[in-house]
Amino acid sequence: MAFFVPTEAEHVAPAEVADVELYHPKSWWTRYIFCQDAKVIAIQYAITAGAIGLVALVLSWLMRLQLGFPDSFSFIDPGDYLQFITMHGMIMVIYLLTALFLGGFGNYLIPLMVGARDMVFPYVNMLSYWVYLLAVLVLVASFFVPGGPTGAGWTLYPPQAILSGTPGAEWGIILMLVSLALFIVGFTMGGLNYVVTVLQARTRGMTLLRMPLTVWGIFVATILALLAFPALFVGAVMMLLDRILETSFFMPAIVEMGEQLNYAGGNPLLFQHLFWFFGHPEVYIVALPGFGIVSDLISTHARRNIFGYRMMVWAIVAIGALSFLVWAHHMYVSGMNPWFGFFFATTTLVIAVPTAIKVYNWVLTLWRGDIHLTLPMLFAIAFIVTFVNGGITGLFLGNPVVDVPLSDTMFVVAHFHMVMGVAPILVIFGAIYHWYPLVTGRMLNETLGKFHFWVTFLGAYLIYFPMHYLGFLGVPRRYFEMGETDFIPQSAQTLNEFITVVALIVGFAQLVFLFNLVWSAYKGRVSGRNPWRATTLEWQTPDFPPRHGNWGPTQPVVYRWAYDYSVPGADQDFLPQNLAPDQVTADNRHKDLPDGAVQPAE
Amino acid sequence: MPTVKLGLIVFLAVVTVVFSLLVAAYTHRMTLADWRPLPEPWLLWPNTAILILSSVGLQWARVAANRGRIDGVRVGLLAGGGFAFAFLAGQLLAWQQLAALGYFAATNPANAFFYLITALHGLHLLGGLVAWGRTTAKMWRGSEVAELRLSVELCAVYWHFLLLVWLVLFGLLLFT
Ligand code: HEM
Ligand SMILES: [Cu+2]
Repeated sequence: MAFFVPTEAEHVAPAEVADVELYHPKSWWTRYIFCQDAKVIAIQYAITAGAIGLVALVLSWLMRLQLGFPDSFSFIDPGDYLQFITMHGMIMVIYLLTALFLGGFGNYLIPLMVGARDMVFPYVNMLSYWVYLLAVLVLVASFFVPGGPTGAGWTLYPPQAILSGTPGAEWGIILMLVSLALFIVGFTMGGLNYVVTVLQARTRGMTLLRMPLTVWGIFVATILALLAFPALFVGAVMMLLDRILETSFFMPAIVEMGEQLNYAGGNPLLFQHLFWFFGHPEVYIVALPGFGIVSDLISTHARRNIFGYRMMVWAIVAIGALSFLVWAHHMYVSGMNPWFGFFFATTTLVIAVPTAIKVYNWVLTLWRGDIHLTLPMLFAIAFIVTFVNGGITGLFLGNPVVDVPLSDTMFVVAHFHMVMGVAPILVIFGAIYHWYPLVTGRMLNETLGKFHFWVTFLGAYLIYFPMHYLGFLGVPRRYFEMGETDFIPQSAQTLNEFITVVALIVGFAQLVFLFNLVWSAYKGRVSGRNPWRATTLEWQTPDFPPRHGNWGPTQPVVYRWAYDYSVPGADQDFLPQNLAPDQVTADNRHKDLPDGAVQPAE
Repeated sequence: MPTVKLGLIVFLAVVTVVFSLLVAAYTHRMTLADWRPLPEPWLLWPNTAILILSSVGLQWARVAANRGRIDGVRVGLLAGGGFAFAFLAGQLLAWQQLAALGYFAATNPANAFFYLITALHGLHLLGGLVAWGRTTAKMWRGSEVAELRLSVELCAVYWHFLLLVWLVLFGLLLFT
């Protein structure tokens, strides 16, 4: 590892750019509402995503209640159930996870971690948030229009998505498509910022291969999103035209309720290709930031340099590239040439290789590390375990012969919740526990946090492990109730009740977490600067928590990579990235540094 | 490289993906049985010429800006913008002609694609005109050439890009 022994000889390549011209907020409005500071935008993104995510959580309770206790809830009819799954799925994947990882963590961490003062296009960055908010409002509006939100499933497959038999075919689907298009426009504005900031605004000495993996993960995920979202955009616009102008991009000739519709000749499979050309990379859009964040969490909380940093970077890049070559594994049951099936099955298996490399490297980082079982560490380990779990069932499903019988069963639901539901959420929690002090200057309450962790982690397994088994039994996905079947035993219903009870308990734990977020902001223990004794730049700002412009009069100079933990010969177990080589062992180091810049909190 | 320029390049990459996917969808949909190619309105030829002139105008402005000649910048910018508006008006006319002949979006997928492609391209040009408007306004308020150089250059690059996209799309429409 070339970088972790700090030597003066190591060349510091300057990536200097002219200082971003900072705007200065003049009023309360421009300081807190129409603010161009990436940190404020990040909080706005996070709060909005959290709020809409709460809606998705409540929807999941309603679904679970229905599945666990069918016939007990007269206010849920089969159409409602379809609307719930659709909105729940779409919100979770796009409006919560994508927005939170990229808009939330991306905005907060990228400029700080690369030593920039702000994003490179602050105004566009601000617009990005407001367009996102508009997209969310349009989505929420669909709950209140005649017919309610769309019930087409989060995949929105035509033709059924726009036929009158599907709930929300009047307005819901229109608002959903418009909202998605808006989201993509807003995201593109933000995405340009994240990419160009990483490429152009790094501070002196911050070479690409010294960036923390968090930045790498978010950076590559943003590139994926910029290239993948257009497919959803094109698909959404074309479907909108099919719905409103009765064009036939996707719509075949159809007789609906005895009536010949105006459609003819279109190909629904074309939409599926567009959707999954976006949809599969989307999995990695939420996974790669998670990978990056987890790497930093375990390195910091195990006081070890990340194992195989370069390999980790290349794995992120390779996974990103490969993720564009596997989309049709979601379409095995849609019918395809067997050779295509073979191709996509192969690429799907190949993507497991760089992914496995990452897992090995995490484990090797932890190996003989000085593991502190702090909350971020607990969540990080939980993520690794869960991701491996979901990844392995993914390998099963990647094979057409296994996928065909399991397709559209609860096995699939369990698989994707593990890999792209639970796993990313666990990272998000870990990240929040880790960076909350940076944002607020206070620690989240530890006891509440432990409660939150154990209930969520164990609960997720109690919910989803049995669900795999339900899938084996043949319990179908997206079904309001099982009804009378020969092949599904009565005990499946008992299992469903159990899952529902656990899901409600896990849901309650999230409310405890929310309470903790609010309570600790006022009453939490004051963290002091750099409470985790981390090396990365975001903890080394002159003001704590960082202020607008991040760095006071001068931007930091970076001398080393992000993982100098427990370096032999140094007299403390971490060396901040901006610690000059001649300061590493000098006894009087603390004296001549700006007030407490590297001083760990006790 | 100036930061904004890199920003523009990344943005152009995104737009390229949008149009490539559209072309892919087009070539696939084309192979299905109900596709009836539509007769391209002759107006598209003059429109294409106008769009080329628009690009030339902005290139002119760009070269003038590099040489520090404000009058050249002015002529180039105004010509480029004027021709761009003319192009958009021409496209709308072409739509009208088609509609008058009964080629509505819903009648055939070829028509639907035609409207969709031209609309998306036009919207992108409209977005470009916003940037153009800001640059022109800046010039009007008497900015120095040096302050305009970058904005003019970015407009020109964007215009050439949209011209290229249009030529590809137009070719696709013509040959299929
Ligand atoms: C407490 C946590 C959660 C619970 C209890 C839960 C529960 C459910 C249930 C019951 C379904 C419908 C299954 C069916 O009948 O087909 C579902 C679907 C879905 N969920 Fe979750 N979920 C949770 C969290 C998440 C998260 C974090 C994500 C983020 C990726 C997510 C993504 C989805 C997706 C994409 C669908 C599929 C929707 C569709 O079939 O169109 N869920 N969830
Ligand atoms: Cu996939």
